Amino acid sequence: MKIAVCIKQVPDTTEVRVDPETNRLIREGVPSIINPDDKSGLETALRVKDTMGAVVTAVCMGPLQAEVALREALAMGCDEAVLISGREFGGSDTYATATILAAALQQLGFDLIITGREAIDGNTAQVGPQIAERLNIPQVSYVEDIQVESEHLIVKRMFEDCYQRIKVRMPCLITALAELAQPRYMTVRGIEDAYNAEIKMLAFDDLKDDLNPDSIGLKGSPTRVIRSFTKQAKGQGKKLTGMDVDEAVASIILTLEEHNII
Amino acid sequence: MDSKLSKKHQLQQELYRRFAQNEVKPIARDMDEKEEYSLELLEKMQKCGFLGIPYSKDYGGAGSDTLSYVLCMEELAKVDASTALTISVHTSLCCWCIDSFGTEEQKEKYLRPLVSGKKVGCYSLTEPNAGSDASAQQMKAVLDGDSYVLNGAKVFTTNSGFADIFVIFAMTDKSKGTRGITAFIMERGSEGLLVSDNIPRMGMRAASNCVVTLDNVRLPEANRLGREGDGFKIAMKGLEGGRIGIGAQAVGIAQGALDETISYVKKRKQFGRPISAFQNTQFKIAEMQTKIDAARLMVWRAAEAKDNHEPYGTEAAMCKLYASEVANDVTRECVQLLGGYGYTREFPVERMMRDAKITEIYEGTSEIMKMIISGAMKIK
Repeated sequence: MKIAVCIKQVPDTTEVRVDPETNRLIREGVPSIINPDDKSGLETALRVKDTMGAVVTAVCMGPLQAEVALREALAMGCDEAVLISGREFGGSDTYATATILAAALQQLGFDLIITGREAIDGNTAQVGPQIAERLNIPQVSYVEDIQVESEHLIVKRMFEDCYQRIKVRMPCLITALAELAQPRYMTVRGIEDAYNAEIKMLAFDDLKDDLNPDSIGLKGSPTRVIRSFTKQAKGQGKKLTGMDVDEAVASIILTLEEHNII
Repeated sequence: MDSKLSKKHQLQQELYRRFAQNEVKPIARDMDEKEEYSLELLEKMQKCGFLGIPYSKDYGGAGSDTLSYVLCMEELAKVDASTALTISVHTSLCCWCIDSFGTEEQKEKYLRPLVSGKKVGCYSLTEPNAGSDASAQQMKAVLDGDSYVLNGAKVFTTNSGFADIFVIFAMTDKSKGTRGITAFIMERGSEGLLVSDNIPRMGMRAASNCVVTLDNVRLPEANRLGREGDGFKIAMKGLEGGRIGIGAQAVGIAQGALDETISYVKKRKQFGRPISAFQNTQFKIAEMQTKIDAARLMVWRAAEAKDNHEPYGTEAAMCKLYASEVANDVTRECVQLLGGYGYTREFPVERMMRDAKITEIYEGTSEIMKMIISGAMKIK
């Protein structure tokens, strides 16, 4: 069974600080990590490999320094690692990213693609589903549990207050929640082996037959990020005390009406 | 020597750091209070390959090097010196002796399970009357047919409370002095072997440390490590490398204490401001970090020499001598900076200060280190 896991190298947003003078995010010195949802996806793939055998390939699109994320994936136990990198890909939004990843995945071949639900630096949750659409394969998102049977998966798809149990035929794509699987640690030997392994590089030239240059990079991105900023805390807010539940609810509804929110 | 780590070493350091923060730190205080090491934690470390870092993949080790091992020691010691000690004795003393002096059969039988994370080792040299004067061994080993019969007692054997494999030293020929000492490999469960409860100690309280008594323990000749009379040489060579690990442990204790202190002084307010605003605090922290950095580089220098198969005994003695002194100075100062709270068991610095003391004593006291260094300098 061939499993491809898409991973993204992201800044560790728990370590990001705001410059109190400019109110901008301080990006320097922030450590990079594998996106947590993606890491859970890696662990899921490795568990399938442990129990029934599989070839697990970690696939990452990013600048050359994203190589560290792939070394980590190899050190966890992945068999292969692919880095998709090139000037032409820079500035890609989720639509362009999914286009590029889909082209690479088509070339690499797969029975199952696992992506994370969303990245902690973008929070769009779009790339996984967009890849599936590009590849014209079934997709199930927000997966919390997976069982592999010969030609299909049985997955548990999470909602806020319930879940669905879905049978999906392979080849397919699932998006993983961080809760899906507690990721294993790398091993010391795994890291030694990871740095002896070769990471397969895919540049624009390797994918150009399957890519329209107008649909990649900044040029091919329908989304434009105008500005990133942290939300200004506007104060403590108003606390309602000394009321019972019904009184409190009535007061809140009145406030919302006064502000034309409802 | 490159003072910057390679990408591979950086990733290994990251592994050690994450493990230490997520798995060791939350239970360190509890282990110290209960004076009991968590075997569940030990198993997790075995799974990650922490118990065979510098040993060959041919025997199931991680195939890494001494530098990676000292990085592991430092990261673990930052949160729990007892954990670092448990690994150090297993790796630098027990495994190293078998790897360097064992026959192929002994390596297959004993080294493989030790470095591949299946078994834990210890090293039993010190006796009630043989500490710095390690040559005054009173444990006897007498050849009887094709077995040696061992009698005597060892004290302060780290890991002996749960170790599967012991490297142990005994006198086979008293008339030859140090050349009459022989090394052996012994398994837990040997008839006549008795291990006491933990010896109550000032620090490293979570680490297992016991009296080991042998009452007519029979060990086959195949369990002799090296030749008769090689024991003292094996013991001393083992300790040489062990000192690099202890140096790293001391650096970790110091850095861990300082990191806790930096976090504290930025929050603690007195006289209307955080105490980090006072120049006295800033200067103390600057001095401490400088000393820790210096000690760390000395440890790396010794590790690199060992990895390059160059002589490392003097460098190892120097790094242990200095790093242990720094650990004691820094932890004492950190307790001072945390004030009354630093004296409570709610904050980890008091444990770190208690833990630091032994680094000036075990695996060769600071006095012995000075003898080694001045001897190498030929100062008479």
